[in-house]
Amino acid sequence: MESVLTILSFGPEGWGDDIATGMMVTVSLALATLPFGLVAGYAIARGKLLGDPYLRAAADIYTTIFRGLPELLTLFLVYYGAGIAVRQVMRLAGADTAIEINAFVAGMIALGAVFSAYASEVFVSAFKAIPRGQYEGAYAIGLSHRRTMRLVIWPQLIRLALPGLSNLWMILLKDTALVSVIGLADILRQTSIAARVTREAFLFFLVACLLYLVLALLSSIVLSAIERRVTIEGARQ
Amino acid sequence: MSLSTSAESARELPPPELVRRWTRARVAGIALLVLWGLVGLGIVLFLVTSWNPDLFWRYVPRYLSGLWVTIQLVAISMVAGALLSIPVAIGRNSKNRIASGLAYAFVYAFRGTPLIAQTFLVYYGLGSFRPQLEAVGLWWFFREAWYCALFAFTLNTAAYQAEILRGAVASVGRGQWEAAAALGLSRLTTLRKIILPQAFLVALRPYGNELILLIKGSAIVAIITVYDLMGETRRAYAGTFDFQTYIWAALIYLGMVEILRIAIERIERRLTRHLGR
Amino acid sequence: MRTTRRLALFSAAFLALAAGAAHAQDGTKIRIGTEGAYPPFNYTTADGQLAGFDIDIARALCEEMKAECEFVTQDWDGMIPALQAGKFDAIIASMSITPERLEQVDFTDKYYNTPPAVVVPKDSDIQGVTPEDLAGKTIGAQGSTTHANYAELTYTESEVRLYPTAEEYQLDMGNGRLDAVVDDIIVLQEWLNTEEGACCRVAGTITPVEEIHGPGVGIAIRKGEDELRERFNAAIKALRENGKYKEINDKYFDFDAYGE
Repeated sequence: MESVLTILSFGPEGWGDDIATGMMVTVSLALATLPFGLVAGYAIARGKLLGDPYLRAAADIYTTIFRGLPELLTLFLVYYGAGIAVRQVMRLAGADTAIEINAFVAGMIALGAVFSAYASEVFVSAFKAIPRGQYEGAYAIGLSHRRTMRLVIWPQLIRLALPGLSNLWMILLKDTALVSVIGLADILRQTSIAARVTREAFLFFLVACLLYLVLALLSSIVLSAIERRVTIEGARQ
Repeated sequence: MSLSTSAESARELPPPELVRRWTRARVAGIALLVLWGLVGLGIVLFLVTSWNPDLFWRYVPRYLSGLWVTIQLVAISMVAGALLSIPVAIGRNSKNRIASGLAYAFVYAFRGTPLIAQTFLVYYGLGSFRPQLEAVGLWWFFREAWYCALFAFTLNTAAYQAEILRGAVASVGRGQWEAAAALGLSRLTTLRKIILPQAFLVALRPYGNELILLIKGSAIVAIITVYDLMGETRRAYAGTFDFQTYIWAALIYLGMVEILRIAIERIERRLTRHLGR
Repeated sequence: MRTTRRLALFSAAFLALAAGAAHAQDGTKIRIGTEGAYPPFNYTTADGQLAGFDIDIARALCEEMKAECEFVTQDWDGMIPALQAGKFDAIIASMSITPERLEQVDFTDKYYNTPPAVVVPKDSDIQGVTPEDLAGKTIGAQGSTTHANYAELTYTESEVRLYPTAEEYQLDMGNGRLDAVVDDIIVLQEWLNTEEGACCRVAGTITPVEEIHGPGVGIAIRKGEDELRERFNAAIKALRENGKYKEINDKYFDFDAYGE
């Protein structure tokens, strides 16, 4: 067994630099997915709360599908299927173009869809926890709909939704490990390759787990800071 | 019945017309439903046009065997994890610093890392320690991919279930404990007869979610050569390059998860019917 | 509305990321898909570079065709779908020419042909490669390969376990989880010469079956791209004739890998 330090180093013999790149890919995938997941989740939550039964049914179908399918399967469906679907639709429309979805974008779409399905439920319960009096009070002092949302509702929404969304973020970080199966060079894929080539399986998979723990730790520090900023001391949350 | 007898007031007015206006939300809703309908239609058409009876019948037994593997894996891990979660939950709540520290580390480690990484660590990682495992007589266990998968899944779900258990027990008000103490009941009896039945109601929904998450998480085992439903699907795709293999798998998984979800909802509704919620 | 415009810009940028041309460019640039986990034919070195017989042959072919080659790594399972989706224009990854694959893609002429073999632990009592010799044993192979196919069809009395890559069944063989593995003899020999492979020996070579193993290893390209195929065929022939093939061949093997 070559010295552990050599194979973990950042030089040409070591796998340290490859794993560091993998870490960047993992973090950037999670960060890139987050805004799409949040925006889509919010939109779906609004759809469920608008009161129209048809819109709610459409939103419920979306949620059921993406919460019911295994994330790995969703990933495959997007990676292999989106190209096929687009090609078929284009063929019906007469054009013969094809789009090529790379693994990163497939990961973003699949994980974003799953995130948004769960996030919509978090947003729905957060919305339901805001009393109607808030909307009525804002109307009474003459705030427009946009300003009501921006100044009155969203701050409360963030506070109420934060625990649920933090949990979903942690899950997202872990789910990014699935993209290693479609070949994206994230932490797990790079450590797998290193493990296979050097035969030091325990070392590298341990390193992978430790790196995910580090990411989880960093995330919880950031999330606690956000929670502190958002929480009103002493008030009923 | 009104007291006045005049003809007009005796005439019952019909209820006011329910005004169904075409709001933007309604239009969007119908448009989206039509879109879903088209997607569903497209999938059905795809399945119908790529229908290949002999390919289908060749792979049905494989899919069924994969499904059975999934069910076994999830059921055994869930139960074993439940058993393991009890000492972990006790450890988390204990006053003993070592016990609570160990339990906390266990829960943090298994909830903070992806299941797929844990599975690799157990299968290939522990697999490389054959001489050491043989020395303690455990090699027969870690030699088999099936046991390795069960081991990793059990540890993972035990960590999550420990937290669910803790949260459920904590949700039962202090008053219950105090009243039980006032009645002179021991801690164990209090737990068994008073706290756990109430905690169970709170825990039902999270346990159901955990079961569903375990089913979805089990899709990764094919990576360590355990051929569950997802593994057989990937094998079928690699053999035929026909995308409908994934569509069938999606339908089976959706069906399983939906049936479970509805069953849990029914059970919860029945068990909480006394609460009038 | 500011937000709507921002959203529109966002989506446009996003779609631009996702979309890409799916056809081979005008021929001066060829993207080649390979696995990078099948030493000595194609593997990844510690500093992340691709190396191996396939890679050297690919570079020589491109030089011969006066084209610029770019390598794309792809997992073995998704190799053909990735080719069909346009992620690259040719597969040079030791892919055998088989009837099932010919239904999905076109192949050039072969560029090498080596027989399969079975490897067992040194202290194993397996003496041959017949189904009877391996009855009741656990056999490992890489999934979606001709060797896995052969193992599943022939060794019906044995348990066949499929791995995503060759390196993974090698790991498990080293750990003692498998009684035997089936793969190309060169790949197995390469492994036997390493420190981990010293545990094992070759039990015997398998006589290739035409319908399962095909006539040899070729370059896969999308169906209908005849021009590309002819360019590759001409280049392969040229390499054989001008001695470049022999030069690369001798770097790795002490026999002619081209076969009959």
